[in-house]
Amino acid sequence: MLSENSDGARDTGLSSPRNRKRYVGQRVLRVENPALLCGRGQFIDDLPAKPGTLDAAILRSPHPHAEILSIDTAAALARPGVRAVVTGQDVAALTDPLIVGFATPMQYRGIAVDRVRYVGEPVAIVCATNRYLAEDALDHIRVDYRPLPAVVDPIAATAPDAPVLHPAVGSNVVSYREFRHGDAAKAFAEAPRQSEITISYPRNSITPMEGYAVVAEHLPDSGGYDVISNFQGPFSLHPVMARALRIPGSRLRHRSPANSGGSFGSKLALFPYIVVLCIASRIAGRPIRWIEDRLEHLAAASAAPNRVTRVEAAYDRAGVVSALRLTHWDDHGAYLRAPMPAPIYRMHGLSTNAYAIRNVEVLNHILVTNKCPTGAVRGFGGPQLYFAIERMMHTIASELALDPLDLIRRNLIPAGSFPYRAAAGALIDSGDYQRVIDETVRQGDLQALKQRRERARQEGRLYGIGYAVAVEPSQSNMGYISTLKTGIERERAGQKDGAVAAATVNIDPLGGISVIADSVPQGQGHQTALAQVVADELGVRIEDVVVNLETDTQKDGWSIAAGNYSCRFAPATVSATHLAAVRIREKLARIAAPSLNVSADRIEFANGKVFARDNPDNAVSLHRVAGQAHWSPASLPDGMAPALRESVTWSAPELTPTSAGDEINTSLAYGFGFDFCGIEIDRDTGEIRIDKYVTSHDCGTILNPGLADGQIRGSFAAAIGASLYEEYAYAEDGSFLSGTFADYLIPTAAEMPQLDLLHPVQSPSPFTRLGAKGIAEGNQYSTPVCLANAVADAIGRSDITVPLRPAKVLEWIDTAEPPRRHAAAPRAHRASGISGTGFARVNAPRPAVWSALLDEDVLRRALSGCEYLERVEPYAFRAAVDLGVGPVKGRFEAQVGLFDLDEPRSAVLRGSLSGPLGAASGNGHVELSPEGEACRIDYRYEIHLSGRIAMIGGRMLEAAARHLISEFFRRFAASSAGTQPEQKLHIAWRKYLPTWWGGRT
Amino acid sequence: VKPASFDYAYCDATDEALRLLAQHGDEARVMAGGQSLMAMLNMRLVRPSLLVDISEIKELQYIKSSADYVEIGAATTQAELEVWPHLKRQLPLIAAALPHIGHFQTRNRGTVCGSLCHADPSSELPLCLATLGGHVVLQSRRRKRVLPADEFQLGLLATAKRVDELMVATRYPTARAGFGYAFREISRRHGDFAIVALAAVVGKGTVRLGVGGVADKPTVREWDKLDESDVPDALNDFAWDLGGGDDIHATARYRREMVRRLGRKLIEEARRCAS
Repeated sequence: MLSENSDGARDTGLSSPRNRKRYVGQRVLRVENPALLCGRGQFIDDLPAKPGTLDAAILRSPHPHAEILSIDTAAALARPGVRAVVTGQDVAALTDPLIVGFATPMQYRGIAVDRVRYVGEPVAIVCATNRYLAEDALDHIRVDYRPLPAVVDPIAATAPDAPVLHPAVGSNVVSYREFRHGDAAKAFAEAPRQSEITISYPRNSITPMEGYAVVAEHLPDSGGYDVISNFQGPFSLHPVMARALRIPGSRLRHRSPANSGGSFGSKLALFPYIVVLCIASRIAGRPIRWIEDRLEHLAAASAAPNRVTRVEAAYDRAGVVSALRLTHWDDHGAYLRAPMPAPIYRMHGLSTNAYAIRNVEVLNHILVTNKCPTGAVRGFGGPQLYFAIERMMHTIASELALDPLDLIRRNLIPAGSFPYRAAAGALIDSGDYQRVIDETVRQGDLQALKQRRERARQEGRLYGIGYAVAVEPSQSNMGYISTLKTGIERERAGQKDGAVAAATVNIDPLGGISVIADSVPQGQGHQTALAQVVADELGVRIEDVVVNLETDTQKDGWSIAAGNYSCRFAPATVSATHLAAVRIREKLARIAAPSLNVSADRIEFANGKVFARDNPDNAVSLHRVAGQAHWSPASLPDGMAPALRESVTWSAPELTPTSAGDEINTSLAYGFGFDFCGIEIDRDTGEIRIDKYVTSHDCGTILNPGLADGQIRGSFAAAIGASLYEEYAYAEDGSFLSGTFADYLIPTAAEMPQLDLLHPVQSPSPFTRLGAKGIAEGNQYSTPVCLANAVADAIGRSDITVPLRPAKVLEWIDTAEPPRRHAAAPRAHRASGISGTGFARVNAPRPAVWSALLDEDVLRRALSGCEYLERVEPYAFRAAVDLGVGPVKGRFEAQVGLFDLDEPRSAVLRGSLSGPLGAASGNGHVELSPEGEACRIDYRYEIHLSGRIAMIGGRMLEAAARHLISEFFRRFAASSAGTQPEQKLHIAWRKYLPTWWGGRT
Repeated sequence: VKPASFDYAYCDATDEALRLLAQHGDEARVMAGGQSLMAMLNMRLVRPSLLVDISEIKELQYIKSSADYVEIGAATTQAELEVWPHLKRQLPLIAAALPHIGHFQTRNRGTVCGSLCHADPSSELPLCLATLGGHVVLQSRRRKRVLPADEFQLGLLATAKRVDELMVATRYPTARAGFGYAFREISRRHGDFAIVALAAVVGKGTVRLGVGGVADKPTVREWDKLDESDVPDALNDFAWDLGGGDDIHATARYRREMVRRLGRKLIEEARRCAS
C-alpha cells in the first residue's frame, strides 16, 4: 500500500505558483449541474437493460411477526408473463446467511425463510416480463401465516416475557457491553451534584428521490454474478455479499452508475437485495431488474436506530461536569445487518461530545424489535448521542439557574489542547471551540435574540432559546465496529484499523486528464471537488479534468472503506486524489526537466504549461510532455514507467485499532458546529415557529464554499424534518403506519425557515492532505436538540421528544380539556388497535336475533360484497368478501369464530382478514337485550390492521372501520328481522376452535 | 406501485361519458384531474376495468355566475377557479380555502368537482360546499338531478352519486351582502390533508360553522342566535359531538381543541367581515 507515511511531510496544497488561479477554496459551480438540471442524468432505470431482462416485484409481509406455515406459488407462476417465483427457502438453499461484525446465532438472508419479523419483510419475489405483470402475480401467491405477538418498544423488548424475535439468540438483546473510561464511579461518589434524564430518540430516515435499484445477472459460465446497483458502500459489504453467495469476491462484479438520486445513508442497506436478486436471476435464468417503489422504501428500506438513553451526570456547583454515565437501548429493528450496530460505535470515541469530561461510562444494549431493520442515515449515531448529552447540559444549566451557554463554555475542550484525546478515545485533530462560539454569538447577534425573548415573554408569549454544540466526525476508522467485541474476541478476530481510499489520475496522449475514485457520489458534487483539486495541481482549467466516479469492482482500485458515508469524501477521497495528482505532477516535472534544462523541483504548472519557476517563458505545453510519456518510453528518465497513470491508495496512521481499554479513535478528522435558535410556540395550536436559526461550522479547509453550504443547508433541511415532522410510526401491535409521504412527512421548501450560516473559523486538519474535514452531517447532530432545548426553555419542561408534533406540544402546555357539558356515552376504553362501540335495533325478538347470529344465510346477507360464506365448525365461518369504503375495495379472506356464548345474551366474535391490501384481526363483544318486541344489539370492537392498508390508510382507518362495522350491523338488523329461531347446535365447539383459531386476539 | 390493468376511454363529449357509465356501471371510474384517483390506482386501492377521462370535455370547462350561485363545470380545474377574476368577490370563502388545497402543481390538474366526488373528509372544497349550503348537479343518460351538499356527501369517500351518474357541475352560493366568510386550516405542512379545517359564515344573526377533518364528512352547525358569551359552550358541544379520532398526526382531543380555539377566532373574523 502506498501510504501517507512514505511521503513524509504532508502537502498543504497552499504553495501557489505564479499566474495561477487556484480552484480549491473557490465557489466553483458544480460540473454535475447541467445534466441533472436538464433531466439528462443517467440513473439505473434510465440505463438500457439486456434483452430478456425480467422485472421483479416483491411480496412483503403484512404481519409484524408471524410464522410462515406454507407458501404456494403455483397460481402465481401460471400468470401471464411470469418466469419465476422465488421464496426464502429457495434463497436459503443457495446462500449462506449475511454475516455481521460479531458472532451471533441470528440468521439474516434479506428474505424471510420460516418467519417474518416486520411489516414489509420480503417473502417472495415474482420475476416477470414487466413490473405490471409481476405485481399482478403477487396477489396469487398464497402464504399461510401464524401470527405471533410483536414487540416494538425497545424497553419492552428487554422484558423477560417479551416475544423473542430470534429464538436461536434467546433474547432480544443481541449484544451488551459496558465501557469505563476514567473513573466515573469515583467522580459520581465525589460530585456535589448529580442529574439524571432519560431521552427517547425516534425512528426516522432521510428519504432519497430515487429509491433502491438493482439489475442482477447470474453468469452461468463463471458461476459469478454481474450486478449494477446504486449501492453506496462501504465496500466492506462486498465480501459479505460474496460470502453469502458462496463465491470469491472477484466473481461478484458490482458496478455503480454515474448518478444516484440521493441516499443520505439509506442505500447502504441495499446489499441484502443484491444477494437475493442474484439468486432470483440464477433461478430465473435471466437478468433481473428491481426498482424499489416509494411504499417499499418507506416500509422496508432502512431507518436510523431509535434509541432510549438514560444520561447521568456528576458536576460541581459551578456546573463543571466531572463524569457522564450513558445507558443506551439501541433499537435495530428485526435483524442486525452489517455494519450494524455501527452508528453507536462510530460515536463511541465521542461519548463526551465537545467537553473535557474525563470520566465516562457507556452501557450499550443492542436490541431487536419487530420493525424494519436499521442502516445508515446521515448523522450515523450522532443525533441520538448528542440529543442525550446536549439535553443534559441544558438540564444542568436549569438546575443551577445558569445560562446554558455559560455552562457549555465551562465544559468545552480548552483551545490550544489539540490534538485532544477524548476520554473514550477520539483523537480530535484541531479546533478552537471558544472562538467559534464567541464569533457566532457576535455575528449571529445573540444579544438581540435574547431581547426578543424578553419582549415576547412580557407579552405573554411562549418563546425559548436553545443552544447545541457538536463535534462532527469524518472518515470512519474501519476498526471502530470491533469495539463491540471484548479485547479477547478482537485479538482472536485479528486487528482492524485504518480506512483506505483509492484514486487514479490518468493523462492521455493528447494531454486529456481523467480521474477515477472510490467515493460513489449520490449528488454531493464530488466530481466538481476532485476536478478542482486536480486542476490546481496540474495547472489546468477545471473543464480540462474529466472525473468519472462510476465504479466497477472488477476493474477499479478499491478497498473495504470505499463508498459514500460518514463524511468520508473530503478527508479520504480528496487526500488520495490529491496524492495521485501530486505524483503525476512530479512525474511530468521529471520528464520535462531535461528539455527545460532545470531540475524537476524547480518546475511549475499553470495555464496548461509546464515551466521553469524562475523563468516562466521557459515553458512547454503539458500535452507535449504527456505525449512524450506515451509515444517515447525510451526518452523517459531511467527507471521511469511509461505512460501517465497514477493509482494511489491512502490511509492515515492516526486511525489506530481499539485499545485494550476500549478507547477508539473512531474517525480521522473532527469538525465543530455550534447552533443557537429562537422559537415561539403558538398557544392555540401548539405549532412551533422558528424565529431565528444560526448555525456555524468549522470544517477545516473549505474545498468549495458552494458545496459546503449546500451540504449544510441540506443537512439542516433534513434535521428540520427529524425535529418537527418525520417519524416512522408503528402501532403498539407492530403495524407500520407511515407508508406514504402523506404520513411520513418530509419538510418542503414551504416549511424551511431562514438559516443564518456562518463559518467563523477554519481549523485545517493536520491529518488530511488538504486540511479538509467532512461537513455533511453537522446539523443532523445539532439541530434536533437545539430546537428541543429551545422548547424546553420556552415551556420549562424537561421531557422533550421529537418530532415536535403540535398535538403533543399543545398537551405539554395545557393539560386539561374542557369537559363535555351534557353527559354522553363515554369513549371506548383505550385499546392498542382501533376500537369503537355502537348499537343496532332489530325488529325481531331476542331469540330470533340470537339464531340469526349463527345463521350462514343471514351473515351472508349482512356482509356486503360477500362472495361466499361457509361454516367450517359449528361456531366458525370462513368467507371471502369484497370490503371497502366508497370506491376503495379489496378482496379479503375472512375467518370468524364465536366464543363465550351466553345464549341469548352475549357472545364474543374473533376474526381475521387477509388479502392483497393487508391483514386484520379483531374481536368484538355483542350483547343482545330485549326492547319490547324488538331487540337491541350493543357491540364493541377492537381491530388490529396491518400491511398495505395500515401503511397508506392512516388518517382514514378509524372512520373506515367504524363505517364497515356499523354497516354490517345495519344489514344484519335488516336481514335478521323475521328470521325464525333455529335448533341449537350441540357440538363441542370449544374442542376445535382454540387450535383452529391460533391467531392473535 | 403499478395499477392493475384497465381500459381507458378519452371522451370529448358529455354524452359519450354518460353512455360509458351507463354501460359499465360500477366497473367504470370517472377521471377528471386524477390527483387522488391515480394514486389510488397505483396502490391498487381501486381496480376499475374502465377509466372514463372527462378532463378534455369542453362543454364541462366553465365557470358561470348567476344571481344566486356560481356554477363550475366538471372539467374545470382548481387552478382555473383560483385565477377566475370574480372569485374573491363572489366566492370569498373559496378564495380563502383554495391556497390550502394541495399545491399549485396539483391544483393545475385537480378539478373542483373531482374533489367533491372523491369526498375525502379532510378536503376543503366539500367543506366549503357544505358550509355554504351549495349543490351538485348529477346527470345520467336518463335524467338530471340537483342535490344539496348534505344529501350528496354521505360519509367517508361515499356520496349519493349513482354509478351511471356524472357530476357535471357544482353550484357554490354567491356571497351575500351583510355576510362575512372566513376559513382556517391546521395541517402539519403546507398543502397537507387538513387535521382540522374550519369554515365560517356569519350574517343576519346566524352563525354557520363547518368543520372538516374531524368527522367522516364535513359537518356544519348553524346557530340562529349566538352571543359572544355563548360561543365557548356552543363550540365545546360541537367539538364533542363531532367525535373524531386519533391518528399519527393528531389526537382526537387536539382536533376538538382546534374546533374550540380556532372556531372562536374564525367566528369573530367572519363577524368582522360581515360588518
